[in-house]
Amino acid sequence: MRGNLLGAIMVLFTTLMSLDAGAVLPDEVLANPVLEARARAISKELRCVVCQNQSIDDSSAPLARDMRILVRERLVAGDTDRQVKDYLVKRYGNFVLLRPPVQADTLLLWLGPAIFVLTAFGGFAFYLRKSKDQPTITAPPPLSDEEEALLKRANEDAA
Amino acid sequence: MKLSVFAPLAVMIAIGVGLGVGLTNDPRALPSALVDKPLPDFDLPPVRAEERGLSHKDVKGEVALINVFASWCISCRIEHPTLMRLADQKRIPLYGVDWRDRREDGAAWLAAFGDPFELVGEDQNSKLAIELGVTGAPETYVIDRTGRIRYKQIGPITEDVWRDVIEPLVLSLEQEAAS
Repeated sequence: MRGNLLGAIMVLFTTLMSLDAGAVLPDEVLANPVLEARARAISKELRCVVCQNQSIDDSSAPLARDMRILVRERLVAGDTDRQVKDYLVKRYGNFVLLRPPVQADTLLLWLGPAIFVLTAFGGFAFYLRKSKDQPTITAPPPLSDEEEALLKRANEDAA
Repeated sequence: MKLSVFAPLAVMIAIGVGLGVGLTNDPRALPSALVDKPLPDFDLPPVRAEERGLSHKDVKGEVALINVFASWCISCRIEHPTLMRLADQKRIPLYGVDWRDRREDGAAWLAAFGDPFELVGEDQNSKLAIELGVTGAPETYVIDRTGRIRYKQIGPITEDVWRDVIEPLVLSLEQEAAS
């Protein structure tokens, strides 16, 4: 019973570990766990230029593997995270970053959603305001003398 | 009915048209970050052991093409006849980079289909490929006389691509160099 439980925990543990393994192959992993963790974090932010919607950490494309190795080589050589990313941006452009930087030509991209939401709420508020200014039900004008007389006669007839 | 009732519909149509136009863009047509930058320094080992490889020093003083190919690359077969024709006519120096390939395979490929290149180097670990910002094969870089990258062609150089895109550029670069 105890052995089973231990076994189950081990299976769970190895499964969870492999879930986070990405596409990194054992021979790429650095001996230094701190550098390796940084390499993994950087790799998750870099686009695989072959498959485009995967990070190089996730992609099994050969070029992604070579880029992962390059990231690790540069970290071992003493580059900061920023320097590693800049190295690839210089060669592939901002496209290689999965999270584009906030700059003049990406402002619309970053602010777009907020602009849409604000426009929508603004439009809705304007609409509500406008319908409040023009009440749809107005009190009817009072009856004229003629109408009063007519009403009175009608009531008398009915009685 | 007031015209403003149609405003939301108009906005929806505008967004739809905008996104629709966006869909027609080719996601593979990436602007190269290296256009107008000098060719990086490199020194590639040869594909055929008896030859010398390819270095950035070989690609200087003349308008030239650097072609990234591989034996596993299907589209490279499509552009190969064009490259062979250019080589036969001695139109422009062609330099080959056999990318992520086994040396024997690259050499066998050139032996089977013909070798249009002045010099061929092999880049097994994408060292040069990443320097150049290669995203796939084939890719071809137009290098001017001063050794700067002036254009990157993604995908095969068919006769159409040569005539409509590469040749006009090469002609203007040759003019530029002469003046």
